[in-house]
Amino acid sequence: MNKRIERLLQESRDAIPRVSAERARLLTEFYSSSKALGHSVPVTRALAFSYLLANKSIFIGDGELIVGERGPAPKSTPTYPELCSHSADDLRLLDTRLRTPFAVSEDAFTTLTEEVIPFWRGRSMREKVFAAMTSEWQQAFDAGVFTEFMEQRSPGHAVLDDKIYHHGLLDFIKRIEDVRARIDWKSDPRAYDEDEELYAMKISAEAMINLAERYADLAREMAEREQDPRRRDELASITEVCEWVPAHAPRSFWEAIQMYWFVHLGVVIELNSWDSFNPGRLDQHLSPFYERELASGTLTRDQAKELLECLWIKFSNQPAPPKVGITVEQSATYNDFVLVNTGGLTENGEDAVDEVSYLILDVIGEMRLPFSGSCIQLSKKNPNRFLKAALRVVRKGFGQPSIFNTDAIVQEFLRAGKSIEDARNGGPSGCVTISAFGRESCVLTGYMNWPKILEIALHNGIDPRSGEMVGIETGDVREFKSFDQLFSAYRKQLEYFIDLKIAGNSTIERLYSREMPAPFLSLLVDDCITRGRDYNDGGPRYPTTYIQGVGLGTTTDALSAIKERVFEKADLLLADLVRALDNNFDGAEGLRKRLAASPAFGNDDDRADDIARAIFDAYFEAIDGRANTNGGSYRINLLPTTVHIYFGRMVGATANGRAAGTPLSDGISPSQGADTRGPTAVVRSMGKIDHVRTGGTLLNQKFLPSVLADDSGIDKLAALVRTYFRYDGHHIQFNVVGVDTLHDAKLHPEAHRDLIVRVAGYSDYFNNLGPGLQDEIIARTAHEEL
Amino acid sequence: MSLQKEAGTVLDIKRYAIHDGPGIRTTVFLKGCPLACEWCHNPESQRERPEILYYQERCTLCGACVLACENAAISIAGGHLALDQSLCVGCGDCVTACPNGARELAGRQMSVEQVVSEVVKDTLFYEESGGGVTFSGGEPLLQAGFVRAVAARCAELDIHTALDTSGFAPERELIKVADVIDLFLYDVKTVDDAAHLAYTGVSNRSILCNLQILDEMGKRIWIRFPLVPGVNDGERSLSDMIDLIGPLKSVEGVQVLPYHRAGAGKYVHLGREHLFARTQEPSGEEAATYLAKGTGLPVQIGG
Repeated sequence: MNKRIERLLQESRDAIPRVSAERARLLTEFYSSSKALGHSVPVTRALAFSYLLANKSIFIGDGELIVGERGPAPKSTPTYPELCSHSADDLRLLDTRLRTPFAVSEDAFTTLTEEVIPFWRGRSMREKVFAAMTSEWQQAFDAGVFTEFMEQRSPGHAVLDDKIYHHGLLDFIKRIEDVRARIDWKSDPRAYDEDEELYAMKISAEAMINLAERYADLAREMAEREQDPRRRDELASITEVCEWVPAHAPRSFWEAIQMYWFVHLGVVIELNSWDSFNPGRLDQHLSPFYERELASGTLTRDQAKELLECLWIKFSNQPAPPKVGITVEQSATYNDFVLVNTGGLTENGEDAVDEVSYLILDVIGEMRLPFSGSCIQLSKKNPNRFLKAALRVVRKGFGQPSIFNTDAIVQEFLRAGKSIEDARNGGPSGCVTISAFGRESCVLTGYMNWPKILEIALHNGIDPRSGEMVGIETGDVREFKSFDQLFSAYRKQLEYFIDLKIAGNSTIERLYSREMPAPFLSLLVDDCITRGRDYNDGGPRYPTTYIQGVGLGTTTDALSAIKERVFEKADLLLADLVRALDNNFDGAEGLRKRLAASPAFGNDDDRADDIARAIFDAYFEAIDGRANTNGGSYRINLLPTTVHIYFGRMVGATANGRAAGTPLSDGISPSQGADTRGPTAVVRSMGKIDHVRTGGTLLNQKFLPSVLADDSGIDKLAALVRTYFRYDGHHIQFNVVGVDTLHDAKLHPEAHRDLIVRVAGYSDYFNNLGPGLQDEIIARTAHEEL
Repeated sequence: MSLQKEAGTVLDIKRYAIHDGPGIRTTVFLKGCPLACEWCHNPESQRERPEILYYQERCTLCGACVLACENAAISIAGGHLALDQSLCVGCGDCVTACPNGARELAGRQMSVEQVVSEVVKDTLFYEESGGGVTFSGGEPLLQAGFVRAVAARCAELDIHTALDTSGFAPERELIKVADVIDLFLYDVKTVDDAAHLAYTGVSNRSILCNLQILDEMGKRIWIRFPLVPGVNDGERSLSDMIDLIGPLKSVEGVQVLPYHRAGAGKYVHLGREHLFARTQEPSGEEAATYLAKGTGLPVQIGG
């Protein structure tokens, strides 16, 4: 990287995440003024967005080529009181907590506590969501059976297709007007709603163009004052770029990146949506600009790389807005889950790897930024050169890029009823869940704690932590004569909690559709404009809802141990086992060890793997294909982010010998340390799960650097990945670090400030992780060749 | 065929073996070795019968193994657990009984089908990586009939086969497997017969002779050269190797395997002495460069 990027990168790393009160203050100003009166909800939201963009502070940093920040400065992060109005206690906690803190200045504290909090009391979505939930839902939520994504952040996971590279926002406005002109006022009962929504989209598009003009003006003023002629030229170029995009379709590589960045900013300023916003297949989008400019001599590879690196710095400057409560437990990271896709297939099903794909891999490897997520999509049609280039970046040891199986993803999409073109155009959004780029709202609604549900089944509906009845009666364990009886009790509890969760989701979906439309985001996702419907109200072509299953390894191993000891060897009574679990194996260490030696998931052992299949099927059958309230369907996915730590704290000892309160297995990975037969056995076990019936699974594998030291190691890892993908594996990611390094980093964090590890679907600085998560990463099996 | 029913003594089957021939492989370690190389890092593979490994650090002296042993081979005295090798039949009852994982059975009887069913699991990995199965040991040729039966079945299943051998076997045992083995990973420790005898306990005459036979048969051969400081790392020893390999026409490459101490702990668990416990681990780079220059063949360090 060049000096400019080095400096910007250092500045970004050194910047301290802060709470900026500006957005909250402006929003409160707007909503308490007469400007907010007399309009429909979507139009009011759009006018609020317009007010924010017209009045927010703007910033062009020294040496920047790509401009624009969500807040007033890098890492100065806005809050979203319409979603979650942080209390004074929340603010004090954010300022002082050890993990993912946000500095709160005195000024910000005063503004928020005196102006913002009083106004939003009773008005935030968080309050409305919790007020609308039943006591049964609340009880299960408090017991740690499931989490709720929409209690602090809005539906997101949106990924962009190529439309903004072909059309400017003025073109979007023209399309909106065309659709409005054709509204059938005589017979369409939704005519008014559609017209208001479309009008709101138009206001939002204009607001974004105005923001870019403000940037153009600022750059022009700065250029006039600038002494350094080189920087003056750059500022002149920035002026020109911002005068053109996003109003018009980009003409150059530079404009294309700035176009994306403005659009990205619009989405993340409008609302605090999960997984911020994603550029999708950046290589395919940028390649035509790159090729054209390289041929005409207006761009070099190094210049293109520099512009891309400027975009990476922009990603790095935007930590996920402050989370509190269980939301920070389930997603304890600054990472806002931007995920850049490369590789895969074109819409016509051809190999999509091009020169920009390799350029992006270079950028990923040079920047080593954990919060600018990157993945490669790998199809059987992609050359091994591409996979190996990605693995050489993986070898650098910061957990990126993760690797996704395009051919499996296409099957997943087709099974879910998408067209082949939309399927090839799709891929992972944010973490590992798939989305048809530019056409889908894949809304993750919360994690489901399988080991907790098993624990409740073993206690006939009672949560042993509280002694309260949180589930339903499914039988006393003393009555269970067979494993099938036990499994059927687990299944009934599972179905009960899923029904509870879905009932809650149905309420929350309607609340968002009525109160929290997102007209700017809706501009970008088909078919919101043609349907005249919002992203949060069934506008997308595919409105999909997910509930994420957590703890496959732990649940499988616990059931496997019970099956072997209680029902096969029959040397242990289930009631005695449950008593030992309730006592956290106190005085029963021998029993604990024997249980831990039972067949475990991840060893290519059908005794355990068949149970994993049954658990998977029970979950799939209870959820897949059910209708959401937006005209779409429920699907399942299996991933944890960091919730397996929180969920683990809520679950007592489990029958696989896991101690009370310790982390659950993550994603579909085996229980920590339970896989002892090497990576091919892990892959074979994972291959027994039918990934094609999911919308995403997550497999973490840790390799020590020595395995990848030479090209032969890279070749063999490439073969491992290819084989996993022949088994339709959805995703695999590698941590390449030594266990000794991790131990040392835990003891001497100051000496390992740059140590980045793959956590689960994302990477983070090891020092940012809590001790529980640090230990868990250390415990994950290091597949080193002996 | 009677060979199909034959059982072998298998020490271990290791999947994702990435240093035992090309690609991702499954290595079948057969127990028993006619050599007794002082530097051996798998000493538990040397004896033919199953034996018990004991991890003292995990033992709580609970006595479960003493009760489980039908031959009264185990006793606890003076705070120590002792195994009478003459009474132990290697049945493994004590291993099952131990709640602490302090005992491990090295070696078990497996049928041809049992081994094949384990090997076949990773077929797709072999296909993607150009890998397959490797028979190692111990000395697999001590169980040549068994190896032949497994390898023949693998050949039918289109699985690539490699044999990691010391070459110390009667010619007829070698011939028994030659047609079903695709690649020979052939150990040559030293050309100097006296040194060979001193450190391995056997003469190398049949080893060198069998190498000639394989070469004339046109079998694919990789020479594996365990580099042990003070034993075969001198210039004379290396130039002898070059003289040996130079004229051979079927040798495709040489792998220098620098001595490593990873196996030292196993001697302790077996209750045996280890002469090379303090030997430095060489890098092997000098020897590799020298051999590459002298033989004109590709030489790599490590398997």
